[in-house]
Amino acid sequence: MHFIFSGSVNSKEVLNHIMTDTCCIIIGASHAGGQLAVSLRQSGWEGRILAIGSEPYLPYNRPPLSKTFLSGEKHIEDLLIRPEDQYEKVGIEFLLGQEVSEINRKAKKVTLTHGEVIAYDKLALTTGASVRKLNLPGSDLRGVLYLRDISDVEQIQQFIGARKKAVIIGGGYIGLETAAMLKKLDLDVTIFEASDRILNRVTAPDVSAFFTRVHSEEGVTIKTGVNVTGFGGEDRVSEVQCADGTVFPADLVVIGIGVIPNTALAEAAGLEVRNGINVNEHCLTNDEDIAAAGDCTNFYQPHYEREIRLESVQNAMDQAKVAAAALCGNLNQYNALPWFWSDQFDLKLQIAGLSEYFDEVVLRGNPAEGRKFSAFYFRDGRMIAVDAVNSPQEFMLGKQIISKQLEVDRNRLSDPAVAMKELMVSL
Amino acid sequence: MPVVTYISADGAINEVEVASGNSVMQGAVDNMIDGIVAECGGSCSCATCHCYVDDAWKDKVPAASEMEKDMLECVLEPQEGSRLSCQINMTDDLDGLVVRLPESQF
Ligand SMILES: Cc1cc2nc3c(=O)[nH]c(=O)nc-3n(C[C@H](O)[C@H](O)[C@H](O)COP(=O)(O)OP(=O)(O)OC[C@H]3O[C@@H](n4cnc5c(N)ncnc54)[C@H](O)[C@@H]3O)c2cc1C
Ligand code: FES
Repeated sequence: MHFIFSGSVNSKEVLNHIMTDTCCIIIGASHAGGQLAVSLRQSGWEGRILAIGSEPYLPYNRPPLSKTFLSGEKHIEDLLIRPEDQYEKVGIEFLLGQEVSEINRKAKKVTLTHGEVIAYDKLALTTGASVRKLNLPGSDLRGVLYLRDISDVEQIQQFIGARKKAVIIGGGYIGLETAAMLKKLDLDVTIFEASDRILNRVTAPDVSAFFTRVHSEEGVTIKTGVNVTGFGGEDRVSEVQCADGTVFPADLVVIGIGVIPNTALAEAAGLEVRNGINVNEHCLTNDEDIAAAGDCTNFYQPHYEREIRLESVQNAMDQAKVAAAALCGNLNQYNALPWFWSDQFDLKLQIAGLSEYFDEVVLRGNPAEGRKFSAFYFRDGRMIAVDAVNSPQEFMLGKQIISKQLEVDRNRLSDPAVAMKELMVSL
Repeated sequence: MPVVTYISADGAINEVEVASGNSVMQGAVDNMIDGIVAECGGSCSCATCHCYVDDAWKDKVPAASEMEKDMLECVLEPQEGSRLSCQINMTDDLDGLVVRLPESQF
Protein backbone atom coordinates (compact mmCIF):
# COMPACT_ATOMS: atom_id res chain seq x y z
CA MET A 1 0.00 0.00 0.00
CA HIS A 2 1.21 3.49 -0.68
CA PHE A 3 0.13 6.71 0.94
CA ILE A 4 2.68 9.03 -0.45
CA PHE A 5 1.40 11.56 -2.90
CA SER A 6 3.10 14.38 -4.57
CA GLY A 7 1.37 16.21 -7.30
CA SER A 8 -2.37 16.44 -7.35
CA VAL A 9 -4.99 13.81 -7.90
CA ASN A 10 -6.77 14.65 -11.11
CA SER A 11 -9.10 11.77 -11.72
CA LYS A 12 -12.35 12.13 -13.61
CA GLU A 13 -14.21 11.75 -10.35
CA VAL A 14 -12.49 14.80 -8.93
CA LEU A 15 -13.36 16.86 -11.97
CA ASN A 16 -16.99 15.78 -11.77
CA HIS A 17 -17.42 17.69 -8.55
CA ILE A 18 -15.89 20.92 -9.66
CA MET A 19 -18.63 23.11 -11.04
CA THR A 20 -17.02 26.51 -10.63
CA ASP A 21 -13.47 27.73 -11.07
CA THR A 22 -13.14 28.85 -7.47
CA CYS A 23 -10.56 27.20 -5.26
CA CYS A 24 -10.35 26.65 -1.51
CA ILE A 25 -6.88 25.83 -0.23
CA ILE A 26 -6.46 24.09 3.10
CA ILE A 27 -3.03 24.30 4.72
CA GLY A 28 -2.42 21.27 6.96
CA ALA A 29 -3.95 17.86 6.23
CA SER A 30 -4.65 16.24 9.58
CA HIS A 31 -7.73 15.99 11.83
CA ALA A 32 -8.90 19.56 11.21
CA GLY A 33 -7.80 19.86 7.57
CA GLY A 34 -9.30 16.53 6.48
CA GLN A 35 -12.61 17.21 8.19
CA LEU A 36 -12.70 20.74 6.79
CA ALA A 37 -12.28 19.41 3.25
CA VAL A 38 -15.12 16.93 3.62
CA SER A 39 -17.36 19.47 5.35
CA LEU A 40 -16.75 22.01 2.59
CA ARG A 41 -18.32 19.60 0.09
CA GLN A 42 -21.13 18.80 2.51
CA SER A 43 -21.75 22.54 2.98
CA GLY A 44 -22.12 23.00 -0.77
CA TRP A 45 -18.69 24.25 -1.89
CA GLU A 46 -18.69 23.68 -5.66
CA GLY A 47 -15.15 24.72 -6.52
CA ARG A 48 -11.83 23.00 -6.22
CA ILE A 49 -10.70 21.80 -2.78
CA LEU A 50 -6.96 21.39 -2.35
CA ALA A 51 -5.46 20.27 0.94
CA ILE A 52 -1.71 20.79 1.27
CA GLY A 53 0.09 18.88 4.02
CA SER A 54 3.74 18.62 4.96
CA GLU A 55 3.43 15.05 6.19
CA PRO A 56 3.46 12.42 3.41
CA TYR A 57 0.19 10.86 4.61
CA LEU A 58 -3.51 11.37 4.10
CA PRO A 59 -5.22 12.62 7.30
CA TYR A 60 -4.74 10.01 10.01
CA ASN A 61 -5.81 9.53 13.61
CA ARG A 62 -3.10 10.94 15.85
CA PRO A 63 -4.32 9.61 19.26
CA PRO A 64 -3.34 5.98 18.53
CA LEU A 65 0.28 7.10 18.00
CA SER A 66 0.94 6.92 21.74
CA LYS A 67 -1.47 4.03 22.17
CA THR A 68 -2.07 1.12 19.78
CA PHE A 69 0.23 2.33 16.98
CA LEU A 70 3.24 2.61 19.29
CA SER A 71 2.59 -0.93 20.51
CA GLY A 72 2.53 -2.20 16.93
CA GLU A 73 -1.08 -3.36 17.26
CA LYS A 74 -2.21 -0.89 14.59
CA HIS A 75 -0.52 -0.15 11.29
CA ILE A 76 -0.43 2.95 9.14
CA GLU A 77 -3.38 1.83 7.02
CA ASP A 78 -5.46 1.41 10.19
CA LEU A 79 -4.76 5.00 11.18
CA LEU A 80 -6.17 6.73 8.11
CA ILE A 81 -9.36 8.62 8.94
CA ARG A 82 -10.75 7.92 5.47
CA PRO A 83 -9.36 5.90 2.56
CA GLU A 84 -7.98 7.63 -0.54
CA ASP A 85 -10.81 6.73 -2.90
CA GLN A 86 -13.44 8.33 -0.68
CA TYR A 87 -11.78 11.73 -1.03
CA GLU A 88 -11.57 11.24 -4.78
CA LYS A 89 -15.25 10.41 -4.89
CA VAL A 90 -16.18 13.84 -3.57
CA GLY A 91 -13.47 15.68 -5.44
CA ILE A 92 -10.93 16.50 -2.76
CA GLU A 93 -7.33 16.84 -3.91
CA PHE A 94 -4.24 16.44 -1.74
CA LEU A 95 -0.77 17.78 -2.17
CA LEU A 96 1.20 15.81 0.41
CA GLY A 97 4.78 16.05 1.56
CA GLN A 98 4.64 19.73 0.57
CA GLU A 99 4.82 22.79 2.75
CA VAL A 100 3.34 26.24 2.30
CA SER A 101 5.98 28.88 2.99
CA GLU A 102 4.00 32.06 2.42
CA ILE A 103 0.51 33.46 2.20
CA ASN A 104 -0.04 36.58 0.10
CA ARG A 105 -3.44 37.90 1.20
CA LYS A 106 -3.51 40.78 -1.27
CA ALA A 107 -2.90 38.59 -4.31
CA LYS A 108 -4.80 35.67 -2.66
CA LYS A 109 -2.00 33.23 -3.38
CA VAL A 110 0.07 30.76 -1.41
CA THR A 111 3.66 29.81 -2.18
CA LEU A 112 5.06 26.33 -1.57
CA THR A 113 8.60 25.82 -0.28
CA HIS A 114 9.75 24.59 -3.68
CA GLY A 115 8.43 27.75 -5.33
CA GLU A 116 5.06 26.80 -6.81
CA VAL A 117 2.41 29.52 -6.44
CA ILE A 118 -1.29 28.62 -6.20
CA ALA A 119 -4.22 31.06 -6.15
CA TYR A 120 -7.13 30.72 -3.73
CA ASP A 121 -10.54 32.24 -3.29
CA LYS A 122 -10.92 30.94 0.24
CA LEU A 123 -8.19 29.70 2.54
CA ALA A 124 -8.24 27.53 5.66
CA LEU A 125 -5.40 27.26 8.15
CA THR A 126 -5.27 23.92 9.93
CA THR A 127 -1.57 23.92 10.67
CA GLY A 128 -1.89 22.33 14.11
CA ALA A 129 0.94 22.37 16.60
CA SER A 130 4.53 21.19 16.87
CA VAL A 131 6.29 19.73 19.86
CA ARG A 132 8.06 22.04 22.28
CA LYS A 133 11.75 21.19 21.99
CA LEU A 134 14.08 20.73 24.91
CA ASN A 135 17.34 22.34 23.87
CA LEU A 136 19.91 20.97 26.27
CA PRO A 137 23.44 19.66 25.83
CA GLY A 138 23.10 16.30 24.08
CA SER A 139 19.52 16.94 22.85
CA ASP A 140 20.57 16.00 19.34
CA LEU A 141 21.92 12.56 20.29
CA ARG A 142 20.26 9.62 18.57
CA GLY A 143 17.52 8.19 20.74
CA VAL A 144 16.41 11.53 22.19
CA LEU A 145 12.98 11.72 20.60
CA TYR A 146 9.54 13.34 20.62
CA LEU A 147 6.09 11.99 19.82
CA ARG A 148 3.83 13.95 17.48
CA ASP A 149 3.62 12.14 14.16
CA ILE A 150 4.06 8.79 12.44
CA SER A 151 7.75 9.39 11.71
CA ASP A 152 8.40 10.05 15.42
CA VAL A 153 6.88 6.71 16.36
CA GLU A 154 8.87 4.93 13.65
CA GLN A 155 12.02 6.37 15.18
CA ILE A 156 11.01 5.40 18.72
CA GLN A 157 10.33 1.86 17.52
CA GLN A 158 13.97 1.53 16.45
CA PHE A 159 15.06 1.92 20.07
CA ILE A 160 12.50 -0.39 21.61
CA GLY A 161 13.47 -3.77 23.03
CA ALA A 162 12.82 -5.87 26.13
CA ARG A 163 14.61 -4.62 29.27
CA LYS A 164 15.83 -1.46 27.49
CA LYS A 165 15.75 1.63 29.65
CA ALA A 166 13.31 4.32 28.57
CA VAL A 167 13.12 7.74 30.19
CA ILE A 168 10.02 9.83 29.53
CA ILE A 169 10.43 13.54 30.18
CA GLY A 170 7.15 15.18 31.10
CA GLY A 171 4.25 13.68 33.04
CA GLY A 172 1.36 14.87 30.86
CA TYR A 173 -1.16 12.63 29.11
CA ILE A 174 1.08 11.80 26.17
CA GLY A 175 4.03 11.05 28.47
CA LEU A 176 1.88 8.78 30.62
CA GLU A 177 0.38 6.96 27.64
CA THR A 178 3.82 6.45 26.14
CA ALA A 179 5.12 5.14 29.47
CA ALA A 180 2.22 2.69 29.72
CA MET A 181 2.80 1.37 26.20
CA LEU A 182 6.58 1.05 26.58
CA LYS A 183 6.02 -0.79 29.86
CA LYS A 184 3.67 -3.16 28.08
CA LEU A 185 6.46 -3.74 25.54
CA ASP A 186 8.64 -4.81 28.47
CA LEU A 187 10.98 -1.82 28.73
CA ASP A 188 12.13 -0.39 32.06
CA VAL A 189 10.29 2.91 32.15
CA THR A 190 10.92 6.01 34.26
CA ILE A 191 9.02 9.28 34.01
CA PHE A 192 10.80 12.51 34.95
CA GLU A 193 8.46 15.35 35.85
CA ALA A 194 9.79 18.81 36.71
CA SER A 195 6.92 19.88 38.97
CA ASP A 196 5.89 18.19 42.20
CA ARG A 197 3.24 15.94 40.60
CA ILE A 198 2.30 14.48 37.23
CA LEU A 199 -0.68 16.00 35.34
CA ASN A 200 -0.01 19.10 37.40
CA ARG A 201 -1.53 21.56 34.98
CA VAL A 202 -4.66 19.60 34.18
CA THR A 203 -5.99 17.71 37.20
CA ALA A 204 -6.60 17.86 40.95
CA PRO A 205 -3.95 16.38 43.29
CA ASP A 206 -6.15 13.32 44.02
CA VAL A 207 -6.25 12.47 40.33
CA SER A 208 -2.48 12.90 39.97
CA ALA A 209 -2.02 10.61 42.99
CA PHE A 210 -4.27 8.02 41.39
CA PHE A 211 -2.28 7.92 38.15
CA THR A 212 0.98 7.85 40.11
CA ARG A 213 -0.26 4.85 42.08
CA VAL A 214 -1.48 2.90 39.05
CA HIS A 215 1.73 3.54 37.13
CA SER A 216 3.83 2.33 40.03
CA GLU A 217 1.62 -0.74 40.47
CA GLU A 218 2.31 -1.48 36.82
CA GLY A 219 6.04 -1.08 37.34
CA VAL A 220 6.64 2.42 35.95
CA THR A 221 8.87 4.63 38.11
CA ILE A 222 7.79 8.25 38.46
CA LYS A 223 10.25 10.85 39.69
CA THR A 224 8.85 14.31 40.36
CA GLY A 225 10.71 17.57 40.99
CA VAL A 226 13.46 16.46 38.61
CA ASN A 227 15.24 19.02 36.48
CA VAL A 228 16.93 17.48 33.48
CA THR A 229 20.05 19.38 32.44
CA GLY A 230 21.40 17.30 29.57
CA PHE A 231 21.99 13.98 27.87
CA GLY A 232 25.18 12.01 27.53
CA GLY A 233 26.33 9.30 25.14
CA GLU A 234 28.73 8.53 22.31
CA ASP A 235 26.75 8.30 19.06
CA ARG A 236 23.48 7.62 20.82
CA VAL A 237 22.02 8.56 24.17
CA SER A 238 23.16 6.50 27.15
CA GLU A 239 22.34 8.73 30.10
CA VAL A 240 20.13 11.55 31.34
CA GLN A 241 21.81 14.15 33.55
CA CYS A 242 19.88 15.95 36.28
CA ALA A 243 20.39 19.26 38.11
CA ASP A 244 21.15 17.55 41.45
CA GLY A 245 24.10 15.77 39.84
CA THR A 246 22.48 12.40 39.45
CA VAL A 247 22.96 10.56 36.20
CA PHE A 248 20.38 8.12 34.98
CA PRO A 249 21.07 5.37 32.39
CA ALA A 250 18.85 5.49 29.30
CA ASP A 251 18.64 3.71 25.93
CA LEU A 252 15.73 5.86 24.79
CA VAL A 253 14.39 9.26 25.84
CA VAL A 254 10.94 10.48 24.82
CA ILE A 255 10.26 14.13 25.52
CA GLY A 256 6.64 15.20 26.00
CA ILE A 257 6.63 18.71 27.39
CA GLY A 258 3.81 20.20 25.38
CA VAL A 259 3.28 21.75 21.99
CA ILE A 260 3.48 25.15 20.34
CA PRO A 261 0.81 26.23 17.83
CA ASN A 262 2.03 26.62 14.23
CA THR A 263 1.21 30.28 13.71
CA ALA A 264 4.26 31.60 11.83
CA LEU A 265 2.54 31.60 8.41
CA ALA A 266 -0.49 33.44 9.78
CA GLU A 267 1.63 35.94 11.66
CA ALA A 268 3.75 36.72 8.62
CA ALA A 269 0.54 37.25 6.64
CA GLY A 270 -0.58 39.82 9.20
CA LEU A 271 -3.39 37.77 10.72
CA GLU A 272 -4.24 38.29 14.37
CA VAL A 273 -2.31 35.82 16.54
CA ARG A 274 -2.47 35.52 20.33
CA ASN A 275 -1.28 32.12 21.61
CA GLY A 276 -2.84 30.73 18.42
CA ILE A 277 -4.48 32.13 15.31
CA ASN A 278 -7.40 34.19 16.53
CA VAL A 279 -10.79 33.13 15.20
CA ASN A 280 -14.30 34.35 15.92
CA GLU A 281 -17.33 32.21 16.81
CA HIS A 282 -17.62 31.18 13.13
CA CYS A 283 -13.95 30.10 13.06
CA LEU A 284 -13.01 32.94 10.72
CA THR A 285 -9.85 34.98 11.17
CA ASN A 286 -9.72 38.76 10.86
CA ASP A 287 -9.59 38.17 7.09
CA GLU A 288 -13.08 36.94 6.18
CA ASP A 289 -11.74 34.79 3.32
CA ILE A 290 -9.52 32.89 5.74
CA ALA A 291 -10.77 30.41 8.32
CA ALA A 292 -8.72 28.45 10.85
CA ALA A 293 -9.46 25.34 12.91
CA GLY A 294 -7.84 22.92 15.34
CA ASP A 295 -4.76 23.06 17.56
CA CYS A 296 -3.50 26.23 15.84
CA THR A 297 -6.43 28.42 16.90
CA ASN A 298 -7.13 30.68 19.84
CA PHE A 299 -10.76 31.58 20.46
CA TYR A 300 -13.26 32.89 22.96
CA GLN A 301 -15.03 29.97 24.64
CA PRO A 302 -18.50 31.23 25.65
CA HIS A 303 -19.11 28.57 28.29
CA TYR A 304 -15.93 29.39 30.18
CA GLU A 305 -15.99 33.07 29.21
CA ARG A 306 -12.34 33.28 28.25
CA GLU A 307 -9.97 32.85 25.33
CA ILE A 308 -8.54 29.37 25.05
CA ARG A 309 -6.51 27.15 22.77
CA LEU A 310 -7.32 23.46 22.81
CA GLU A 311 -5.40 20.38 21.77
CA SER A 312 -8.05 17.79 21.10
CA VAL A 313 -9.62 15.85 18.28
CA GLN A 314 -13.08 17.04 19.33
CA ASN A 315 -12.05 20.65 18.89
CA ALA A 316 -10.29 20.02 15.58
CA MET A 317 -13.31 18.23 14.10
CA ASP A 318 -16.00 20.54 15.46
CA GLN A 319 -14.17 23.73 14.52
CA ALA A 320 -13.47 22.35 11.05
CA LYS A 321 -17.20 21.86 10.44
CA VAL A 322 -18.05 25.39 11.57
CA ALA A 323 -15.14 26.84 9.56
CA ALA A 324 -16.17 25.01 6.37
CA ALA A 325 -19.74 26.25 6.69
CA ALA A 326 -18.51 29.81 7.24
CA LEU A 327 -16.36 29.67 4.10
CA CYS A 328 -19.53 28.68 2.23
CA GLY A 329 -21.41 31.62 3.73
CA ASN A 330 -23.32 29.75 6.46
CA LEU A 331 -22.50 31.31 9.80
CA ASN A 332 -22.88 28.72 12.58
CA GLN A 333 -21.65 29.22 16.13
CA TYR A 334 -18.85 27.13 17.59
CA ASN A 335 -19.73 26.49 21.23
CA ALA A 336 -19.14 22.77 21.79
CA LEU A 337 -18.06 21.67 25.24
CA PRO A 338 -14.42 20.52 25.16
CA TRP A 339 -13.78 16.86 25.88
CA PHE A 340 -10.78 14.54 25.76
CA TRP A 341 -9.79 10.98 26.49
CA SER A 342 -6.68 9.05 27.43
CA ASP A 343 -6.02 5.29 27.55
CA GLN A 344 -3.36 3.93 29.90
CA PHE A 345 -3.06 0.26 30.90
CA ASP A 346 -6.63 -0.84 31.69
CA LEU A 347 -7.71 2.73 32.44
CA LYS A 348 -10.01 4.68 30.21
CA LEU A 349 -9.96 8.30 31.28
CA GLN A 350 -12.67 10.52 29.81
CA ILE A 351 -12.62 14.22 30.54
CA ALA A 352 -15.40 16.71 29.86
CA GLY A 353 -15.01 20.45 30.31
CA LEU A 354 -12.03 22.46 31.51
CA SER A 355 -11.06 22.09 35.16
CA GLU A 356 -8.70 25.07 35.36
CA TYR A 357 -9.69 27.64 38.05
CA PHE A 358 -11.79 25.12 40.02
CA ASP A 359 -12.42 25.93 43.68
CA GLU A 360 -13.88 22.59 44.80
CA VAL A 361 -13.54 18.93 43.84
CA VAL A 362 -16.17 16.28 44.56
CA LEU A 363 -14.91 12.71 44.37
CA ARG A 364 -17.18 9.82 43.50
CA GLY A 365 -15.48 6.54 44.36
CA ASN A 366 -12.09 6.29 46.00
CA PRO A 367 -9.02 7.18 43.93
CA ALA A 368 -6.77 5.70 46.63
CA GLU A 369 -7.85 2.15 45.79
CA GLY A 370 -9.12 0.25 42.78
CA ARG A 371 -9.27 1.61 39.27
CA LYS A 372 -12.61 3.32 38.96
CA PHE A 373 -13.61 6.76 40.23
CA SER A 374 -14.54 10.23 39.05
CA ALA A 375 -13.55 13.73 40.07
CA PHE A 376 -16.07 16.51 39.47
CA TYR A 377 -14.69 20.04 39.43
CA PHE A 378 -16.76 23.02 40.58
CA ARG A 379 -16.34 26.76 40.49
CA ASP A 380 -18.72 29.07 42.35
CA GLY A 381 -21.02 26.09 42.91
CA ARG A 382 -21.23 25.24 39.20
CA MET A 383 -19.80 22.04 37.75
CA ILE A 384 -17.12 22.94 35.20
CA ALA A 385 -15.38 19.63 34.46
CA VAL A 386 -15.21 15.91 35.17
CA ASP A 387 -12.36 13.42 35.05
CA ALA A 388 -13.97 9.98 34.80
CA VAL A 389 -11.80 6.86 35.12
CA ASN A 390 -13.48 3.68 33.86
CA SER A 391 -16.75 5.49 34.56
CA PRO A 392 -18.43 6.24 31.23
CA GLN A 393 -21.76 7.20 32.78
CA GLU A 394 -20.14 9.81 34.99
CA PHE A 395 -18.48 11.21 31.87
CA MET A 396 -21.59 11.16 29.69
CA LEU A 397 -23.94 12.62 32.28
CA GLY A 398 -21.31 14.98 33.67
CA LYS A 399 -20.95 16.38 30.16
CA GLN A 400 -24.67 17.09 30.08
CA ILE A 401 -24.68 18.67 33.54
CA ILE A 402 -21.80 20.95 32.57
CA SER A 403 -23.07 22.02 29.17
CA LYS A 404 -26.62 22.63 30.39
CA GLN A 405 -25.30 24.24 33.61
CA LEU A 406 -27.54 22.05 35.77
CA GLU A 407 -27.44 22.21 39.56
CA VAL A 408 -26.43 19.01 41.35
CA ASP A 409 -26.67 17.86 44.94
CA ARG A 410 -22.99 17.38 45.74
CA ASN A 411 -23.66 14.98 48.64
CA ARG A 412 -25.58 12.61 46.43
CA LEU A 413 -23.06 13.02 43.65
CA SER A 414 -20.28 11.85 45.96
CA ASP A 415 -22.21 8.69 46.87
CA PRO A 416 -21.54 5.96 44.29
CA ALA A 417 -24.61 4.11 45.63
CA VAL A 418 -26.78 6.81 44.07
CA ALA A 419 -26.90 6.06 40.35
CA MET A 420 -25.90 8.92 38.05
CA LYS A 421 -29.17 8.50 36.22
CA GLU A 422 -31.09 9.01 39.46
CA LEU A 423 -29.22 12.23 40.05
CA MET A 424 -30.29 13.45 36.65
CA VAL A 425 -33.94 12.54 37.25
CA SER A 426 -34.02 14.50 40.49
CA LEU A 427 -32.53 17.58 38.90
CA MET B 1 -17.59 -7.38 0.45
CA PRO B 2 -20.42 -7.31 3.02
CA VAL B 3 -22.99 -4.55 2.56
CA VAL B 4 -24.43 -2.35 5.31
CA THR B 5 -27.58 -0.29 4.91
CA TYR B 6 -27.61 2.96 6.86
CA ILE B 7 -30.99 4.62 7.28
CA SER B 8 -30.67 8.25 8.36
CA ALA B 9 -33.15 9.93 10.69
CA ASP B 10 -34.66 11.76 7.70
CA GLY B 11 -35.24 8.46 5.90
CA ALA B 12 -32.30 8.68 3.48
CA ILE B 13 -30.94 5.22 2.68
CA ASN B 14 -27.26 4.50 1.98
CA GLU B 15 -26.19 1.02 1.01
CA VAL B 16 -22.44 0.69 1.15
CA GLU B 17 -19.81 -2.02 1.10
CA VAL B 18 -17.81 -2.28 4.31
CA ALA B 19 -14.79 -4.56 4.27
CA SER B 20 -14.71 -7.43 6.76
CA GLY B 21 -12.81 -6.30 9.83
CA ASN B 22 -13.85 -2.67 9.43
CA SER B 23 -16.37 -1.27 11.86
CA VAL B 24 -19.86 -0.13 11.01
CA MET B 25 -18.73 3.34 12.17
CA GLN B 26 -15.82 3.35 9.69
CA GLY B 27 -18.19 2.42 6.88
CA ALA B 28 -20.32 5.48 7.64
CA VAL B 29 -17.33 7.84 8.00
CA ASP B 30 -15.69 6.54 4.82
CA ASN B 31 -18.84 7.22 2.88
CA MET B 32 -19.46 10.58 4.50
CA ILE B 33 -22.77 9.51 5.95
CA ASP B 34 -23.73 12.40 8.19
CA GLY B 35 -25.48 10.78 11.15
CA ILE B 36 -22.29 9.24 12.59
CA VAL B 37 -19.81 11.72 14.11
CA ALA B 38 -17.23 9.36 15.65
CA GLU B 39 -15.14 11.94 17.45
CA CYS B 40 -12.85 9.42 19.13
CA GLY B 41 -12.13 7.51 15.95
CA GLY B 42 -13.49 4.25 17.32
CA SER B 43 -11.90 3.94 20.75
CA CYS B 44 -15.22 3.59 22.59
CA SER B 45 -14.71 6.95 24.30
CA CYS B 46 -17.24 9.36 22.83
CA ALA B 47 -20.56 7.65 22.05
CA THR B 48 -21.00 9.91 19.00
CA CYS B 49 -21.29 6.85 16.76
CA HIS B 50 -24.59 5.66 18.24
CA CYS B 51 -26.87 3.65 15.95
CA TYR B 52 -29.89 1.39 16.20
CA VAL B 53 -29.37 -2.12 14.91
CA ASP B 54 -32.44 -3.31 13.03
CA ASP B 55 -34.58 -5.86 14.91
CA ALA B 56 -33.77 -8.63 12.47
CA TRP B 57 -30.03 -8.22 13.17
CA LYS B 58 -30.00 -7.51 16.91
CA ASP B 59 -29.14 -11.04 17.91
CA LYS B 60 -26.63 -11.61 15.14
CA VAL B 61 -24.19 -8.85 16.13
CA PRO B 62 -21.77 -9.78 18.96
CA ALA B 63 -22.83 -8.48 22.39
CA ALA B 64 -21.67 -5.12 23.75
CA SER B 65 -18.90 -4.86 26.37
CA GLU B 66 -19.70 -3.48 29.84
CA MET B 67 -18.06 -0.19 28.90
CA GLU B 68 -20.21 0.12 25.79
CA LYS B 69 -23.37 -0.83 27.69
CA ASP B 70 -22.68 1.86 30.27
CA MET B 71 -22.23 4.49 27.59
CA LEU B 72 -25.35 3.38 25.74
CA GLU B 73 -27.46 3.97 28.83
CA CYS B 74 -26.59 7.64 28.62
CA VAL B 75 -26.98 8.40 24.92
CA LEU B 76 -29.87 10.51 23.67
CA GLU B 77 -32.95 8.36 22.97
CA PRO B 78 -31.57 4.90 23.75
CA GLN B 79 -33.59 2.01 22.33
CA GLU B 80 -33.40 -1.74 22.45
CA GLY B 81 -31.20 -1.98 19.37
CA SER B 82 -28.82 0.80 20.49
CA ARG B 83 -25.15 0.13 19.79
CA LEU B 84 -21.95 2.09 19.34
CA SER B 85 -21.23 1.47 15.68
CA CYS B 86 -17.45 1.55 16.21
CA GLN B 87 -17.77 -1.55 18.35
CA ILE B 88 -19.43 -3.66 15.64
CA ASN B 89 -16.87 -5.15 13.29
CA MET B 90 -18.11 -6.40 9.96
CA THR B 91 -17.89 -10.07 9.04
CA ASP B 92 -19.33 -11.96 6.10
CA ASP B 93 -22.08 -13.17 8.43
CA LEU B 94 -23.23 -9.60 8.87
CA ASP B 95 -23.66 -9.06 5.11
CA GLY B 96 -26.93 -7.15 4.70
CA LEU B 97 -26.86 -5.55 8.16
CA VAL B 98 -29.34 -2.69 8.56
CA VAL B 99 -28.74 0.13 11.05
CA ARG B 100 -30.76 3.27 11.67
CA LEU B 101 -29.09 6.50 12.69
CA PRO B 102 -30.37 8.78 15.45
CA GLU B 103 -31.43 12.35 14.77
CA SER B 104 -28.56 13.71 16.83
CA GLN B 105 -25.40 12.35 18.46
CA PHE B 106 -25.26 15.03 21.17
C1 LIG C 1 0.60 11.18 20.66
C2 LIG C 1 -0.64 11.97 20.69
C3 LIG C 1 -1.77 11.48 21.34
C4 LIG C 1 -2.95 12.22 21.37
N1 LIG C 1 -4.05 11.70 22.01
C5 LIG C 1 -5.22 12.38 21.98
C6 LIG C 1 -6.40 11.83 22.57
O1 LIG C 1 -6.41 10.74 23.13
N2 LIG C 1 -7.56 12.55 22.48
C7 LIG C 1 -7.62 13.76 21.85
O2 LIG C 1 -8.69 14.37 21.78
N3 LIG C 1 -6.50 14.31 21.31
C8 LIG C 1 -5.31 13.65 21.37
N4 LIG C 1 -4.19 14.21 20.81
C9 LIG C 1 -4.28 15.56 20.24
C10 LIG C 1 -4.80 15.54 18.83
O3 LIG C 1 -4.10 14.60 18.07
C11 LIG C 1 -4.67 16.93 18.23
O4 LIG C 1 -5.49 17.81 18.96
C12 LIG C 1 -5.10 16.94 16.76
O5 LIG C 1 -4.19 16.19 16.00
C13 LIG C 1 -5.19 18.36 16.22
O6 LIG C 1 -5.46 18.32 14.85
P1 LIG C 1 -5.04 19.52 13.88
O7 LIG C 1 -5.48 19.08 12.53
O8 LIG C 1 -5.54 20.79 14.43
O9 LIG C 1 -3.46 19.63 13.95
P2 LIG C 1 -2.30 18.57 13.67
O10 LIG C 1 -2.79 17.20 13.91
O11 LIG C 1 -1.13 19.07 14.42
O12 LIG C 1 -2.03 18.71 12.11
C14 LIG C 1 -1.51 19.82 11.49
C15 LIG C 1 -0.91 19.39 10.18
O13 LIG C 1 -0.54 20.54 9.43
C16 LIG C 1 0.71 20.33 8.82
N5 LIG C 1 1.30 21.65 8.53
C17 LIG C 1 1.69 22.60 9.43
N6 LIG C 1 2.18 23.68 8.78
C18 LIG C 1 2.11 23.42 7.47
C19 LIG C 1 2.47 24.15 6.29
N7 LIG C 1 3.00 25.35 6.35
N8 LIG C 1 2.27 23.58 5.08
C20 LIG C 1 1.71 22.33 4.97
N9 LIG C 1 1.36 21.60 6.06
C21 LIG C 1 1.54 22.14 7.29
C22 LIG C 1 1.46 19.50 9.84
O14 LIG C 1 2.52 18.80 9.25
C23 LIG C 1 0.37 18.57 10.34
O15 LIG C 1 0.29 17.41 9.55
C24 LIG C 1 -2.99 13.49 20.76
C25 LIG C 1 -1.85 14.00 20.12
C26 LIG C 1 -0.68 13.26 20.07
C27 LIG C 1 0.52 13.81 19.39
S1 FES D 1 -16.40 6.48 17.63
FE1 FES D 1 -16.26 7.17 19.65
S2 FES D 1 -17.36 5.68 20.77
FE2 FES D 1 -17.53 5.01 18.71
